[in-house]
Amino acid sequence: MKIAVIESDRARAIGIIDALKEDGWQDVVVLGDVTGLARKLAALEPDLVLIDLDNPSRDALEQVSAASDPQGRPVAMFVDRSDDEMTKAAVAAGLSAYVVGELRPERIRPVLKTAIARFQMMSQMRLELAAAKQALADRKTLDRAKGILMRAKGLGEEDAYALLRKTAMSQNRKVIDVAQALLTASDLLG
Amino acid sequence: MTGRPLNCGYVPLVDCAPLIVAQELRFAADEGITLNLLRQPSWAALRDLLALGHLDVAHMLSPMPTAMSLGLSGPAAQIDALMVLSANGTVIGVSTDMANAMRATGWTGGFDNPRATLTPLLTALDRPLRVGVPFPYSMHRLLFDYWVRNAPVVGASDIRIVTQPPPLMAEAVQAGEIDVFCVGEPWGSVAVTAGVGELVLPGAAIWANAPEKVLAARRTWVDDNAESVGALMRAVVRAAQWLDQPDNRMLAIEILARSAHLDLPVAAIEHALTGRFATRAGADPVHVPNFVRFHTNATTFPWRSQAAWIGSEISRLTGIDKTHAISTAQSTMRPDCYRTHLGAMGVDMPGASAKIEGALTHPTAVASTRGQMILGPDAFFDGKTYDFAPKN
Repeated sequence: MKIAVIESDRARAIGIIDALKEDGWQDVVVLGDVTGLARKLAALEPDLVLIDLDNPSRDALEQVSAASDPQGRPVAMFVDRSDDEMTKAAVAAGLSAYVVGELRPERIRPVLKTAIARFQMMSQMRLELAAAKQALADRKTLDRAKGILMRAKGLGEEDAYALLRKTAMSQNRKVIDVAQALLTASDLLG
Repeated sequence: MTGRPLNCGYVPLVDCAPLIVAQELRFAADEGITLNLLRQPSWAALRDLLALGHLDVAHMLSPMPTAMSLGLSGPAAQIDALMVLSANGTVIGVSTDMANAMRATGWTGGFDNPRATLTPLLTALDRPLRVGVPFPYSMHRLLFDYWVRNAPVVGASDIRIVTQPPPLMAEAVQAGEIDVFCVGEPWGSVAVTAGVGELVLPGAAIWANAPEKVLAARRTWVDDNAESVGALMRAVVRAAQWLDQPDNRMLAIEILARSAHLDLPVAAIEHALTGRFATRAGADPVHVPNFVRFHTNATTFPWRSQAAWIGSEISRLTGIDKTHAISTAQSTMRPDCYRTHLGAMGVDMPGASAKIEGALTHPTAVASTRGQMILGPDAFFDGKTYDFAPKN
């Protein structure tokens, strides 16, 4: 079975290939550049296409599947009606699969299980990365806000933070929101 | 104050405006709901999430509920259209090379002449024409097919349809992947501004009142959540009314540009909402009346006859049984919900839920509950009319 993975992020693509190879599927190709996707897929002749649910090129795949080329092999989004849970798990993990030709569901299911597991891991990592980035940005905002208060009111660092916290509590807002408002006001006043 | 949250999917196009305005101007809050606006990267993703219940409602291409209900697209699901969100609002454009080739055949431009543009379009290149559309089941695709299919100069095999997500349309033109693009604003103007293409027609020149986007939901959800459905429809119809008051359009452009939901600059949004277009980079803008309509002329009403036209065209494209396609399409439109939920708030209701499509070349007063309804124009470029009423 030849599997095509459409993924422009190199690290993610390698992760998916490795997971599939580990579980015994050797014939895996990656399409990184989505220009002319339909044409490239026709040349590759894969049996199964895996693509991130968030990839805007999914609509191009829809065209491949809607095209009624009598010589071409039919392409359809894989929806396993006997295993609704699997379809839902795939969507939840951010994965969609397209079947080319007449592959039987029994042959697709194990591939999909492996891919779903990998996608779940990757979306978890993506979430954690986003959370880490946000935490870092928030810390910078807080530090700048504290700095402004320390300079303007001659406060120490702890007192500056306490003032932010007290203001946030009395206004029923988050500390970070108060800090952000202070930065905006300070930028406006130059 | 936050209301009951509804997960609402959309694709970042100017015509998702009624949903953004309903949320931002608090029409939703007034009805006790919060629209949890969830931007989708593709129509396929939006479709799957709606079918599987991750979204409650969605901004959807008007042929999609029919295609989904017929099992032609994605996971099988009965999807209904509660109301129409917008009419028209799309453009057809060509690559700069193609425009030059068309001029060499004697084409003189203009943005309002589907008949005179057709032959230059189909004869400019001596190879198959590659046409970009946003989705296989889109009004863009149906209108393009309707426009070219009876032309004597080209066979259907000489046209290749390529699907491109709207934000990638200009890139595809630049990369030489497509010759023609059919796309919703702002993405046509984006191609013009980037200097890679020229606009040749607004979609409205092919059908003057084409239902473009609908507010879609799963039938089971509609049946089980009458209260939310009513609140949602009232909030969205208020937003549509607000958007179609000419004085509000400039403010609407500001709201849409500032809203994090669309993430587009004012310059990209204003063409659609003012109806003023530069058809090629640097050219003086031309004005297209009714370029996009949200509420006036009963735009929001889910006409069963519009659905029937869509069903008939889908049958033509896919070869599925025409009677079955038309009856499925008609069943996806929910004028019953529209009358139930919006009648009490004083929205003017037409006497019937179907009409003869294409019959009006001018705005025309028709019978309605409040006696204020103007319909049309809704003519097709070829002057044909479509009556789907059962013949006795």
